[in-house]
Amino acid sequence: MSEQNGARTGGESAAEQAALLPPVDVIEDQGGITLYADVPGVSREHLQLHVEGDNLFLDGQIAVEMPKDMEATHVEVPRSRYRRVFALSREFDTGRLTADLKNGVLRLRIPKAEHAKPKRIQISTE
Amino acid sequence: MEYSLFPRDLFSELERLQRQIHQAVELSPSIRGFNRGGFPGLNVASTPESAEIYAFAPGLDPSKVEVQLERGVLSISGERRPDVPEDARSSVHLNERFAGRFHRVISLSDDLDPNEVRATYREGILHISIKREQSAMPRRINIS
Repeated sequence: MSEQNGARTGGESAAEQAALLPPVDVIEDQGGITLYADVPGVSREHLQLHVEGDNLFLDGQIAVEMPKDMEATHVEVPRSRYRRVFALSREFDTGRLTADLKNGVLRLRIPKAEHAKPKRIQISTE
Repeated sequence: MEYSLFPRDLFSELERLQRQIHQAVELSPSIRGFNRGGFPGLNVASTPESAEIYAFAPGLDPSKVEVQLERGVLSISGERRPDVPEDARSSVHLNERFAGRFHRVISLSDDLDPNEVRATYREGILHISIKREQSAMPRRINIS
């Protein structure tokens, strides 16, 4: 899995582009790939994951109830949306992708297609 | 300044650059480090009745997070365990998420009531709401 920049082809409004880039960990083992993404404030209903061609799109909206008469005095998280795009390679079976979201951490598991699993090749000596 | 040998992700490169610029131009960095870019990210706001603090702290066990308020100074500390395995059979392609112990301290105003603190943890956001002392709240004075 490699990563692309977040820009999608086609017209996108400036407001849509202003998104946070969630930090991720990507770990690959023999059976597939596991991705963890920090998306605090995003609930299941506000998280969208979709695969389009070879790309995996992650899009999440922070939905936190806040008092109405509040005035911000210090801001380190300046936007309310997360977005990131990953380019998948062919050996991953996105049909068997599983995802779970807990305490603002998304865990994605994409298994490798059966034919893509590593096979040990015997080296024969003469 | 350091550059990646093989910058493959323009956005994270830009973010890193932005962080470095922030650190370079921050005129009065706090003695406890730079204000931005720490874990957890903090948003602070105030209302006439309270101070509202939102800590963006995903993946924590709330029972192990320590929140203290003393004389208007709020401290949040705890630990986040790494999800990246240490075995040799898997390879780590990206490792950007914070892991380890954290401790963040912020100064709030003096008129907060340490007995009126409410902390909730939901979807990875720790929300701390501290009421102002009754005597400090603006009151309408009737003119007779």
